Amino acid sequence: MNPKKRVQMLLNWLGPFLGLILVLAIFSSIPEVQDRFLRISNLKSVATQSVIVALGALGMTLVIISGGIDLSAASNIALASVITAFAINAGIPPVLALVCGIATGGVVGWVNGTLITSLRLVPFIVTLGMLGIARGVAKWIAGNQKIDAPLTWINELMARNPRASWMLISPGVWMMIVLAVVMAILLRYSVLGRHVFAIGSNEASARLCGVRIKRTKIFIYTLAGFFCGLGGVMEFSRLTVGDPTVAVGLELDIIAAVVIGGGSLSGGAGSILGSMIGVFIMAFLRNGCTMMGWPNYIQEIIIGTIIIVAVALDQIRHRQEQGAI
Amino acid sequence: MASDPMISRRSGISMIYQELNLAPDLSVQENIMLGREVQKMGFVQNKAMQRIVENALRLIHHVEIPSLLPIRKLSVGAKQIVEICRALVEKARILIMDEPTSSLTREDTIRLFQVIERLKNQGVGIIYISHFLEEVQKVADRYTVLRDGRSVHTGLMEEANVNDLIQMMVGQKFVEMFPKVDHAIGDVVLQLDGLKGKRMAAGADLSLRRGEIMGVAGLIGAGRTETLRTVFGLDSIEKGSLIVREIRTTRGTPWIRIGQGMGMLSEDRQEEGLALSLSVADNLTLSYFSPYKKFGLLQLKKRKKAVRVYMQQVNIKAENPNQPVFSLSGGNQQKVALGRLLHQEADIFLLDEPTRGIDVLSKSQIYEWMGRLAGEGKAIIFVSSYLPELLGVCDQIAVFHRGMIVDCRPVSQWDAHTIMTVATLGQNFRDDGLVNSNG
Repeated sequence: MNPKKRVQMLLNWLGPFLGLILVLAIFSSIPEVQDRFLRISNLKSVATQSVIVALGALGMTLVIISGGIDLSAASNIALASVITAFAINAGIPPVLALVCGIATGGVVGWVNGTLITSLRLVPFIVTLGMLGIARGVAKWIAGNQKIDAPLTWINELMARNPRASWMLISPGVWMMIVLAVVMAILLRYSVLGRHVFAIGSNEASARLCGVRIKRTKIFIYTLAGFFCGLGGVMEFSRLTVGDPTVAVGLELDIIAAVVIGGGSLSGGAGSILGSMIGVFIMAFLRNGCTMMGWPNYIQEIIIGTIIIVAVALDQIRHRQEQGAI
Repeated sequence: MASDPMISRRSGISMIYQELNLAPDLSVQENIMLGREVQKMGFVQNKAMQRIVENALRLIHHVEIPSLLPIRKLSVGAKQIVEICRALVEKARILIMDEPTSSLTREDTIRLFQVIERLKNQGVGIIYISHFLEEVQKVADRYTVLRDGRSVHTGLMEEANVNDLIQMMVGQKFVEMFPKVDHAIGDVVLQLDGLKGKRMAAGADLSLRRGEIMGVAGLIGAGRTETLRTVFGLDSIEKGSLIVREIRTTRGTPWIRIGQGMGMLSEDRQEEGLALSLSVADNLTLSYFSPYKKFGLLQLKKRKKAVRVYMQQVNIKAENPNQPVFSLSGGNQQKVALGRLLHQEADIFLLDEPTRGIDVLSKSQIYEWMGRLAGEGKAIIFVSSYLPELLGVCDQIAVFHRGMIVDCRPVSQWDAHTIMTVATLGQNFRDDGLVNSNG
């Protein structure tokens, strides 16, 4: 391997980090915010704020690599948060309420996967429909208002400073880290992970090789649903109420994070590490912009630009790779 | 140097690609006139365009193609004619054809050659790229042999013979095109018992024995591919059954068939055979991960090592196992697809056009490799449109005609002419003096 190639490989590996480092560098070099921006408490709060998007992105990464999309993620999160609140209100122990929330997400995901594979509809259409259905069901169950629920330990999961000080960061953030590692291993080292890439890269070829497309896809969407369910529980934990109107449009943030992290909407490419970096690029941008006192619309413009630039850079890199060989 | 197709077009060079470049939902006329619509103040002039298109069709004697029909309703042969018309309308003076006959039936091929003759008479120069040497001999005046990206030899066609051409293409002397490997034939391992899939016209009966290479000939669309797909579980079985090693089944998916020791090579390498963006290692091992599994996880290092061994065995030229497949040449890609069947330790090989679009040397390696497999007691079904290779490597040849297997016999009882006759005319014309000119 010649040195030029080595440099290119290093760049490829660093590629996703570069964006994040750039964002951090920019804000920590602006005098008005630098001391506040890099403060531990700020980092903690950014991490905590990222948990829900990150959980959604873990599942979405698999979905997108397999060549699909899940537009119902945010509605699913809202539905799960409502169900969790509803369960706690009904006097069910918090552990079971948590399970209910996660299971709700799983069921929605399973329905997505089943409809996509058995009706042979494109994921965009099925999950677009589910986006409306899940949101509607959430509002229906909540009687079109917020569901108040008594405080339990669930509400401590998203506390910026955990009660047990040895945890350092909130339990939600720990959960996110552990799950991200598990998913990264799953994607790279498990048969399922290889099958996800194969389906996204060429479904016909995967079928020819004996990959059971239908059950794999159903599994992928169900898993993505579970992550949304967990995200919903976290949403409830943060808000202490079950709110059916929460997280509107969050699915686009989740998709954007995956795409910024190198996920390809045509399938076959993406990584957990990349998606997580995507999540944090967006979170730190928002955080920094808010500190600067810039209005919301500036943030939106910047994040929109980042999405396009990130994907364009990724494409250029890939084209170079192809050219290099 | 002109790097833009538009610049080449303006200077009178047109190209017809291997994969046809037509918009399937637009009509013949719209396709021919695409990008050079006759317009008046931004409005298209349909009448004028129709005249141009009809003139072009008349010029090459194909007025039977309706100019308003959507492209998707045409046969592959007719589509090619449309592409040629497009070049004519562009007033092309040089026409480049890349493997124009690779998916044509014999009739369409003959018609294409007539068109080429007419174009020639009108002063159009034609560069005809092909692997089919017999065709090149028939159609070309001069030839150039390319090897490894360089032109090796140029000469007059009438002064060359096919063997010389092959030697030049291969670049080494005395290559045995169809290396003979001795193999003994054993028990029946696969039997089609009136098997009819959802896209097959009729039930098929066929039996395949251990150590046997069963050739399958027939025209494109005669049901060869559909039969293989039904056997492998890619298409569902409607009627009849399949007996795999004495076990009768009427249901199946590729996953089940792979478990039964079958492996299939798709005729369409790009769309189905390989996941082009994935690595050589992934493509090679996709159908069989078990050897590398430990506690449910894959041992990627172990797999990489194993893949290297296979790469050497099947002679895949790639830098390393992690190289994406799209960066390999056609021949090497095909070897990856074949290597996958070896890697999964298949017993029954279903090969659909395994040598299509690859170089001569790779072809010869694949033939040898098939012989060796048969020698190890594997059974092979070998679908091909290229008769010399069927006659060169098979033990038996079955011929399809209009969705049915009409004849199956040992290779010694076939020759190219008889196969073609049966494939085009069916069984009724077999045997008794069928081979007269009007048959």
